[in-house]
Amino acid sequence: MKDYEIVVGLEVHAELNTDSKIFCDCKNAFGLEVNTQVCPICMGMPGTLPTLNEKVVEYAIKMGHALNCTINTLCRQDRKNYFYPDLPKAYQISQADIPLCENGSLEFMVDGKMKTVGITRIHIEEDAGKLLHDESFAGSLVDLNRCGVPLIEIVSEPDIRSSSEAKAYLETIKSILQYIGISDCKMQEGSIRCDVNVSVMEKGSSKFGTRSEMKNVNSFSAAVRGIEYEAKRQIELLEKGEKVVQETRRWDDSKGMSFPMRSKEDAQDYRYFPEPDLLTISVDEKMVKELKESLPELPNAKIKRYVNDFGLSQIDATLIAEDMEKSLLFDKCNLLNICKPKNISNWILSDISKYINETGKLISETNLTSEKLCALVEKIEKGVISNSAGKTVFDEIMKNGGEVENIIESKGLAQNSDTDFIENLVKEVFENNEKSINDYKNGKTNALGYLVGQCMKASKGKANPGIVKDIVTKMLEK
Amino acid sequence: MRLYEKTASELSEMLKNKECSAVELCNDVLARINETENTIGAYVTVAEDSAKENAQKIDKLIASGESLHPLAGIPIGIKDNISTKGIRTTCSSKMLENYVPPFDAAVINKINDAGMTVLGKMNMDEFAMGSSTETSYMHLTRNPHNTECVPGGSSGGSAAAIASGEAILTLGSDTGGSIRQPAALCGVVGMKPTYGSVSRYGLVAFASSLDQIGPLGKSVKDVAMLQSLICGHDRYDATSKNIEYPDYAAALKENAKGLKIGIPKEYFGEGIDSQVKESVMNAVKELESQGAVIKEISLPSTEYAINTYYIIASAEASSNLARFDGVKYGYRTAEYDGLVDMYEKTRSEGFGDEVKRRIMLGTFVLSSGYFDAYYKKAKRVQNKISQEFSEAFKECDIIATPTVPASAFKIGENIGDPIKMYYNDVCTVTVNIAGLPAISLPCGKDSLGMPMGLQLIGDKFNEQAILNTAYTYEKICGGFDVLSKAL
Repeated sequence: MKDYEIVVGLEVHAELNTDSKIFCDCKNAFGLEVNTQVCPICMGMPGTLPTLNEKVVEYAIKMGHALNCTINTLCRQDRKNYFYPDLPKAYQISQADIPLCENGSLEFMVDGKMKTVGITRIHIEEDAGKLLHDESFAGSLVDLNRCGVPLIEIVSEPDIRSSSEAKAYLETIKSILQYIGISDCKMQEGSIRCDVNVSVMEKGSSKFGTRSEMKNVNSFSAAVRGIEYEAKRQIELLEKGEKVVQETRRWDDSKGMSFPMRSKEDAQDYRYFPEPDLLTISVDEKMVKELKESLPELPNAKIKRYVNDFGLSQIDATLIAEDMEKSLLFDKCNLLNICKPKNISNWILSDISKYINETGKLISETNLTSEKLCALVEKIEKGVISNSAGKTVFDEIMKNGGEVENIIESKGLAQNSDTDFIENLVKEVFENNEKSINDYKNGKTNALGYLVGQCMKASKGKANPGIVKDIVTKMLEK
Repeated sequence: MRLYEKTASELSEMLKNKECSAVELCNDVLARINETENTIGAYVTVAEDSAKENAQKIDKLIASGESLHPLAGIPIGIKDNISTKGIRTTCSSKMLENYVPPFDAAVINKINDAGMTVLGKMNMDEFAMGSSTETSYMHLTRNPHNTECVPGGSSGGSAAAIASGEAILTLGSDTGGSIRQPAALCGVVGMKPTYGSVSRYGLVAFASSLDQIGPLGKSVKDVAMLQSLICGHDRYDATSKNIEYPDYAAALKENAKGLKIGIPKEYFGEGIDSQVKESVMNAVKELESQGAVIKEISLPSTEYAINTYYIIASAEASSNLARFDGVKYGYRTAEYDGLVDMYEKTRSEGFGDEVKRRIMLGTFVLSSGYFDAYYKKAKRVQNKISQEFSEAFKECDIIATPTVPASAFKIGENIGDPIKMYYNDVCTVTVNIAGLPAISLPCGKDSLGMPMGLQLIGDKFNEQAILNTAYTYEKICGGFDVLSKAL
């Protein structure tokens, strides 16, 4: 078999979290009773007209800046015409040849290396409704609540070369959307969806193969599965001497397979033309500049800062930076300037991440604050409590709240670092364990661990284990 | 003299001076509808009950000494493509035969706020596509001056109602001449305002970039009064212009002295009936004798206007009318096998031939591979036509042309020949293409006794200039004899 390279381009649709819909005053909200967040405009009643919600333009420009795009201060909206029952006007207002943002790029970490993917364009458009199918009724019903929910479509260049790159790209896009606060990014509510373009070519070739476009990819892990499936399918075709057909395919995640939807010949002609009901979008240069200045520090800048200023590894820095809540906690702790950033990072990436994953809570929904985390880490750094006692304190904070100091006291977790006390302890243990001392002297070094353990046991866990180990070693060497 | 024979401005005074009541007025016009509607067929729906209710309400307000809008209690007919909450709005199509809008158009809100009495909904060519009202799915409308003839279209019901006394004022819509052409053929006054001066919210769209709602009436002052009411910025129409709009009726004055009137030679060429040319030029000469200056001008791209218009208008229509798919409202075919079959049958059965012709034409010109050759090129010609008008308005204040090449044709005469029908719009479409205001006035009758129309075109948002000139001409004529004597 020849060596192949996968070529992927992604089209990400993200719902924007503006208060109202893109072309009417209806509330932009998810999960409410069907056909209640609607008005004649978003239901496409005859005679209604759209008027553009300017927030949508602002939000899209922010994303454009975050992805280093050129902002087209003059751009149009166009009609994309097709018939479907979830599209009440029978056209979607989108942007065709002049998008709001174009020619950008996104840099992100994948497998320890930096990768850059070109951003072709970002445009604004309206979402469609949803068809409902159920056993309890014949036919289909339509819910128009989602009609007119604002979307941005982010189109990448075909620069992605593996499913893991695709996943990292998608996760970075998601974290940027969260950082700039323009999308709720709730995958289960469909607030981010993507279309995946896949082709394969022989390694080293510069000529792309024929691509297929996969629709209905509703999660990042589905994107990974879809890309892998599709690449495998195409490679198998080529190996059999067959050709890949340019077509649109539907991804069925439960079956783990893609199915043909329509071929290039049957491709829909959307008959795009400028939307005559809306004026040319004209964005003030000053506003474009202000929006750029208003952007918060984005994940890439954070990663650099964490590595350069705090000495975190690239991987740890990335893991914290790509999660807005974790990085918020990390940044707050470092502002307090009480303990070592590396120790805070370790807590965030181990116990805190574990707790968040298990409970599904947001950090902000727990009892943990930056002050409490710093107080805890400080106690460990200063040897007041052991690492394992620290975990007990952490569990108690998460469970019942309370102050670190009080928990240590009430649970009697403070450790003893008094050298006289510990020396006496060690002497006592040595008297009862002559065999182990001889073992050690005969080269069985693991006897050290046993002796330290016995000392800790004798202290009922209160002795500072570091000091115990030092003293045991010193006395053995005598 | 019956009340229905009077102008809105006269009736406004009479109501104010309690010389008649709103109920008497409403009843008289309803009685007139009863007398002539079987012959004329101007209405799709007569809203008798709500009209009477409004008239009673206005009379109470008058009695209580409330200060009312000058048009309060004046009966008005609304073209049936303007959405009226609770009154069906059919666009004279089988597709919307039983469609009752859940909201009022922006202009209807203004009309209701002013206390006007809405009489009902006027017949029209289906979805405003046609020049004779013959494409209406509902019924024919006849020209009150000769019931063998068409009233013009697409606002044929709106114009015929004025000429027959079945309404004091009406609203029409004009995409390529649909107010002015029937106004000319029925011998009434009708104005197509500047694109963007009247909100289109609630007007069932035909061609969004060309459509404009406008007034029809017996006199220039009546039209000016109604225009003053309906114009203005609307935040629900992004194309509506946010500027100060004058009270056109209050500002009406004669303006012939020193007025520069442009006469574009392209509008007086082949295909224009010699009687029409003569009567238009006579009207211009009358204005000249009052001090106006006549300038011959040229608008060379006029010959491309019809093609340009039918490409742009049909392209937009093909998209605007796609929502009539049987899913949400309106007609749905009785039996079908699956979604695509439902779409196909619903649209095949629900639309008439002319509408289908334009949907097909529009779909074609927007198709990939044809877009550049047709739609894009048409948009370029549109710019050219607009520029030529802009240039012309540097030399003259208004432009005078015929409204229609000839007087009303016979029912059935053109319906089998779409191209011939389309050429009825040859003098009017340029105005929509350039987004300008224009008014049509009666300028005499031809040898068959049928009215002919004078069109005055103004620069953007300068309705006042054409209204003033129209008012001057009306004075010269000693008023227009609008009502048909033939009924």
